[in-house]
Amino acid sequence: MTGTVSPPAADAVAGPPRRRPRVGPARWRDFSLVPVIFVLGVIGFIVSPAFLTRDNLVGVVQQSTELGLLVLGEALILISGRMDLSLESTIGLAPVLALWLVMPAHGARFAGLELLPAWTAIPLCLAVGAAIGAVNGFLVLVLRVNGFIATLGMLTALRGLQVGISQGQSIGHVPESFAYLGKADWLGVPAAVWICLALFALGGAALGYLRHGRALYAIGGNPEAARAAGIRVDRLTWLVLAVGGLLAAFAGILYTGHYGAVSASQGNGWIFQVFAAAVIGGISLKGGRGTLFGALTGVLTLQLVINVMTLAGVPPLWTQFLNGMIIIVALVISRFTSGEKQD
Amino acid sequence: MAADDRTAAVHAEGIVKRYGPTLALDGARLTVRPGEAHALVGRNGAGKSTLVAVLTGMARPDAGRVTFGGAPAPGWGDTGAWRRTVACVYQKSMTVPELTVAENLFLGFQGTRTIRWRALRERARELLAGYGVDVDPAARIKELGVEQRQFVEIARALSGGARLIILDEPTARLDAAGIDRLFGKLRELRARGVAFLFISHHLQEVHELCDTVTVFRDARHVLTAPVPGLAEETLVAAMTGEEAVGPVRQPRSGPRTAGEPVLRTRQLACEGHFAPLDLTVRAGEVVGLAGATASGTTAIGETLAGLRAPDGGRIAVRGRPVRTGSVPHALAAGIGYVPEDRHREGLVPGRSVAENATLTVADQLGPAGTVLPSRTRAFARRMIAALDIRTTGPGQPVSGLSGGNQQKVVIARALAREPAVLVAVRPTNGVDVKSKDALLNVVREVADGGSGALIVSDELDDLRVCDRVLAVFHGRVTAEFAAGWHDHALVAAMEGVAAAAGEDTGTGPSGPGRAPAPDARNTQGTEGTAP
Repeated sequence: MTGTVSPPAADAVAGPPRRRPRVGPARWRDFSLVPVIFVLGVIGFIVSPAFLTRDNLVGVVQQSTELGLLVLGEALILISGRMDLSLESTIGLAPVLALWLVMPAHGARFAGLELLPAWTAIPLCLAVGAAIGAVNGFLVLVLRVNGFIATLGMLTALRGLQVGISQGQSIGHVPESFAYLGKADWLGVPAAVWICLALFALGGAALGYLRHGRALYAIGGNPEAARAAGIRVDRLTWLVLAVGGLLAAFAGILYTGHYGAVSASQGNGWIFQVFAAAVIGGISLKGGRGTLFGALTGVLTLQLVINVMTLAGVPPLWTQFLNGMIIIVALVISRFTSGEKQD
Repeated sequence: MAADDRTAAVHAEGIVKRYGPTLALDGARLTVRPGEAHALVGRNGAGKSTLVAVLTGMARPDAGRVTFGGAPAPGWGDTGAWRRTVACVYQKSMTVPELTVAENLFLGFQGTRTIRWRALRERARELLAGYGVDVDPAARIKELGVEQRQFVEIARALSGGARLIILDEPTARLDAAGIDRLFGKLRELRARGVAFLFISHHLQEVHELCDTVTVFRDARHVLTAPVPGLAEETLVAAMTGEEAVGPVRQPRSGPRTAGEPVLRTRQLACEGHFAPLDLTVRAGEVVGLAGATASGTTAIGETLAGLRAPDGGRIAVRGRPVRTGSVPHALAAGIGYVPEDRHREGLVPGRSVAENATLTVADQLGPAGTVLPSRTRAFARRMIAALDIRTTGPGQPVSGLSGGNQQKVVIARALAREPAVLVAVRPTNGVDVKSKDALLNVVREVADGGSGALIVSDELDDLRVCDRVLAVFHGRVTAEFAAGWHDHALVAAMEGVAAAAGEDTGTGPSGPGRAPAPDARNTQGTEGTAP
């Protein structure tokens, strides 16, 4: 995108617009994964007749929702030039903390505190997520410690907290209200899918049309310039980190509802896929570049690859190896379909 | 010319270099004779940097021939041979701040497999002493000042044994005194037969240092001529491709009646940067704040813009107090700000011209916190037309613009809110001659339109558009000059040479190494302005 030797635009004419805003190279970047997704579909169709069934495709999309929400949060944070590794622990800890506060103290295998009524579980869970994001913000914005290590520390600590509270066990029998969003179907499609799409659309609109959303690109692209232009850089960054945590907590709600329980390892090891999906989708790790649509295609690409692999009957013991390799291959492919260096 | 080829320190001809669709060099040629100080000038984008890259083996020309002292250029990728042939000091610092001077000097050329620290430092000391650079080889680069770093870089560049050194805007990072010392050093080296290719935007420096000048324009060679006797206008005309440029800077026409005060500071102070300052800028007035790099003038600008919280004092715009230390408040009060370094604080490189230009007015581009793309584009188009920004359209990323046009975008951003007062820190930093005039005219027009303007700079050209200039030395205003000041008086005040204001004899405390005239810099074509 940046020409090292820039033509001095000697022949360029300023003044009356010569053409309507066209679909420039920057826009093509967003769609670079669409053909990849299409090719994956064809491969899936060849590999297994089960691929193009409604159940399978709905399954793929539903499995994309939880990862998708994490990617949505991470994408916003990355665009603002920060990173948050602890999202993968928030997705597990936030539901556990919320359930711990509301679950009955006796009777079930998991003893809660029963401090609050069951309907508060969802707001509590979201609040926990936002609070975790705020703590991350405190660490990197007020104490000015290194964001990578700080959130890596949070990742470990929060995971440990979850294990401690849940005694390392899965929590079943979650309140009906808590599980509803993750397992309900609206118009024949899982509610989680609608919600996820709506949140992506909302996020995309905010980045494109809201003052504060647009400011994120400026903050990520050059924080000093953003500050000199009167953007409240720290405040907005803090807000974005809290929103990231909130989205992770929401992903936790959907995940819990989907499987009917909070597993002790919920989200464990996801952060790699989150970053991979974001980068494959064209989000720059240096900040200031990328779109949510790109991130969404990144998520779908990853999930489709995994689905196709499963259908192809790859032995389970080899999936971890293939997972890693596939992400690297996807990274290389997206780097060349977009024609841009990833950084 | 043909006889020259064999003896020339460097001779290049027919050089063609393309980057994608861009023709960066189109049949370019250049000859530098041994021991010659050769200037290479041209506007941003004229192809100077590409030529430097070709001459130093960093870029491979698509066509053409380069010879050094009659021998063909070293093979592509043979860094050692290139280093022995030609030395280059780049515009950006190419040192590693965390390493010591000695390590930086021999970076990648330690010779042996294991490093013998004592010997390395010893060799470094010898090398530095050889060029008369007084720097401790064991010091870390980050502990050095800009000037010392540059000398280290020059010593490093020459340590390979090259007899030709290319200096890419070496003065951009230095203040006036540092430039004098640099020039002293360069003259010494030249006396030893080292040839220079000197790239600069400051024509005065070319006059001061160089024997021959070559002008590039639009990727082509335009002119090579001996410097003595070459008229300034001819040079500017060659660079811009226009015949008569007219009066480059019209002297201020008679004293105008200044209006209401638009900006007023009361005892504004920032410990360690500047002493309590009472400053008034009136409507219709351009005030200059002149000071060398470390004089605290930049800090004053930053404080006014809200980027830096003062220790005390007040700022008022149009009589109303402004909350200090907050950019949004400063903006809302009507203080527009052009930061010193457009790359660091001015622009978001990957984003479009429209987005950059509207960064400060995002709250005015749609209802309820929204930003409508159509309004953003319309706003940007108005700015593009008003400031004559050369771009393919509002959607072009700013990184694709030339330096002068990038700076115009920064100014557009500052003017977007129609500020009561425009605070511009070194507004013509790193832009070519023609853009310089355009930018300064913009500042002038802002004042003529009823706002006030404050130019913070050490460039005499910037200060020439001002109605009055305050000289700042070590954080204190030491003198005030009305329009029509003498260059040497202002420079003397900026350099803290107190008694020199009215005299020509150097009575100041300047060290023995200083070049005779402190005002030697920046006095381009201004004989006419002195009454």
